[in-house]
Amino acid sequence: MEGKSSYGGNMEYLKATELKLGPPGIDILQEATSGVSTRPKKRAVTGPIEQHTKSKVQVVGWPPVRPQRMNSFRARRNETVDESGGVYVKVSMDGAPYLRNIDLKILHGYKELRTILEGMFKCSSLGGAEGYDEEGYAITYEDKDGDLMLVGDVPWEMFVSSCKRLRIMKGSEARGLS
Amino acid sequence: MKVQSAMFYFPEEVIEHIFSFLTHHPDRNTVSTVCKAWYKIERLSRREVFVGNCYAIRPDRAAARFPGLRSLTLKGKPHFADFDLVPPDWGGLAGPWIEAMARSCPNLEELRMKRMVVSDESLELLAHAFPNFKALVLVSCEGFSTDGLAAVARSCKSLRELDLQENEIEDRGPRWLNSFPDMCTSLVSLNFACLKGEVNLKSLERLVCRSPNLKCLRLNRAVPVETLAKIMNQCPNLEDLGTGSLLADQFSEAYVSLISALQKCKKLRCLSGFWDASPLCLLAVYPICANLTGLNLSYAPTVQGQDFINLIQHCVKLLRLWVLDSVGDKGLAVVASACKELQELRVFPSDLFAAGPATVTEEGLVAISTGCPKLNSLLYFCHSMTNSALITVSKNCPNFTRFRLCILEPRKPDPATNEPLDEGFGAVVKTCKNLRRFSISGLLTDQVFYYIGKYAKALEMLSIAFAGDTDQGMTYVLNGCKNLRKLEIRDCPFGDGALLADVTKYETMRSLWMSSCDISLRGCKALATKMPSLNVEIINEWEAEMEENLNNGVAEVISNNNNKHINNGNDERKVEKLYVYRTVGGPRTDAPDFVWTL
Repeated sequence: MEGKSSYGGNMEYLKATELKLGPPGIDILQEATSGVSTRPKKRAVTGPIEQHTKSKVQVVGWPPVRPQRMNSFRARRNETVDESGGVYVKVSMDGAPYLRNIDLKILHGYKELRTILEGMFKCSSLGGAEGYDEEGYAITYEDKDGDLMLVGDVPWEMFVSSCKRLRIMKGSEARGLS
Repeated sequence: MKVQSAMFYFPEEVIEHIFSFLTHHPDRNTVSTVCKAWYKIERLSRREVFVGNCYAIRPDRAAARFPGLRSLTLKGKPHFADFDLVPPDWGGLAGPWIEAMARSCPNLEELRMKRMVVSDESLELLAHAFPNFKALVLVSCEGFSTDGLAAVARSCKSLRELDLQENEIEDRGPRWLNSFPDMCTSLVSLNFACLKGEVNLKSLERLVCRSPNLKCLRLNRAVPVETLAKIMNQCPNLEDLGTGSLLADQFSEAYVSLISALQKCKKLRCLSGFWDASPLCLLAVYPICANLTGLNLSYAPTVQGQDFINLIQHCVKLLRLWVLDSVGDKGLAVVASACKELQELRVFPSDLFAAGPATVTEEGLVAISTGCPKLNSLLYFCHSMTNSALITVSKNCPNFTRFRLCILEPRKPDPATNEPLDEGFGAVVKTCKNLRRFSISGLLTDQVFYYIGKYAKALEMLSIAFAGDTDQGMTYVLNGCKNLRKLEIRDCPFGDGALLADVTKYETMRSLWMSSCDISLRGCKALATKMPSLNVEIINEWEAEMEENLNNGVAEVISNNNNKHINNGNDERKVEKLYVYRTVGGPRTDAPDFVWTL
């Protein structure tokens, strides 16, 4: 992939897509309790819960309402009358047994995207502009032309309209993108 | 003559006559197992068949066994398909069933299908193969278009009922309404509320004019108030009405006409629709509220606050109410004081993310339970719930047969005590002896499953999400719930130990669904090996996708016989989605490449 010389100049976007390592699986409560990566086997404490009602963590198929109702929510949520519904893209992570789905339309930027993906997958943190961690992961996406791109280079709106699917790949593989 | 052999001296016609009093299909299933003679009499005289899982039996076999069949009910995809947990193209095809019926059961009159994939070709076949066809009911189905509807309208000369509920229908234009016969139709019930597109209003008016038997009419959002008024003037005998869009100017001729038309409908018992309902349009509805038994306002976010209260306080005979949570605890309190006969309440979420000031809480539910002791069916979405509220509710309403509570935030505890909601849900199963369907949410430990296993003896369907601590939870349920038919679980820490705790149990159930749990391929394989009478299917989109990527985007068809992925060594892999069901039909022959039958 060419044109990544702008990479260094987009530190902000890059930092926004930093991820932390851990097994996949949505776990809303874990995000605020320090990065413990196992599924909770015990009752959770209450403090973090309040924080999470504000962050819009996404779970596929939750709450359990039928598509017709979901669509009528989305139509009402958008300020403009937008009948097209959400922009759902699949997210896969190398090594994970299953994919997730994420609605890009309700997110507001790369930072939020990072937060959501972190919650979903808990991948390893990405290094700074100097390069990737050896064990690091990179978020990439497939655009309209079928090309594999690094997330974070283009303005958010452009990304939402061109992103077809997301893939979290191992840092060593992603190296070829820069 | 010994009493017990007396039955064999009865002529077949007498036995058949006796069987005709058995309408409950499990009873008919039972008599058919008594002896060969009874099996034969029963199968030839059977008029209704219910197939809860379309893959439990091959269509040909069912059609051949019951040649006199008049009414067939079929269910396809697992329930969680309603919430996007089942990939598209999973299956549930209606085609093979309609073809089998066309070959063997020409007297078919009614077909009811839920969560199945129906093609236009199948609808075309249906329209031509059954001369006495009377009723088509499709719920949560997909795969067809308005062209298929046109075929049914055109060729089913005795059609009485066309009921489309929450289907995904491709809109190919409004012409289908023209396809009904030109002379008087025999339509009694027409529901196209789920159609998203435009409707030819003149065709609709003409259709209503030539359908003198119409009792139930549910319009879609594209039908304006003007047309509704004209229709209502034509059908003063309507019993069930789904309005179109109720956006109207108070002083318009249409609005005035609607008021006078509705006043003439003395038989109207059930109302739904209410899209874009302006508060002023609601005024038109007040005169008929006192006789309503069913009211569905769940697509009308504009009906809230005082508007809702003004409306609902007149509905004193209401039995079924569906609303949005924007009516608030205040609205529910008015329901509790006015609707003393209420049996079923559904409260849907109006905003998925924020608890607004007016949404419902546990107080609304407690108020309802206090005011409406006849309540037996509940679906309640809320942002939080307390144990004490649930305990009070179950004391007030011991007659629940269906109890579904969905707390929008997964794993949320009782906010008053920070405890899990085990005791609250436990109280429901302890007091409600007739509970058949149960959905639980919020923070829950294994304890709630202990209660369910111990007390919920009549339970037939259980839905669990984000609950439990260990395998013991699921085991309690499998061991204790004697009548369990459907168990669906997502995002719970149940693993192979739970899955394999009681494998013969699954033969007594219709199906088991587990997704995002802790089960491995090894566990699923073990289940499949031990129980050959079950289909053990896993859905792994990721693996099928990896294969696709490796082949540079050329999708490789992975047949069910290709064990490349199943046997490539790592049985410890977690299984994304598992669907287990009993069947006499063997492994599916129509499974897509991401569904593996073990």
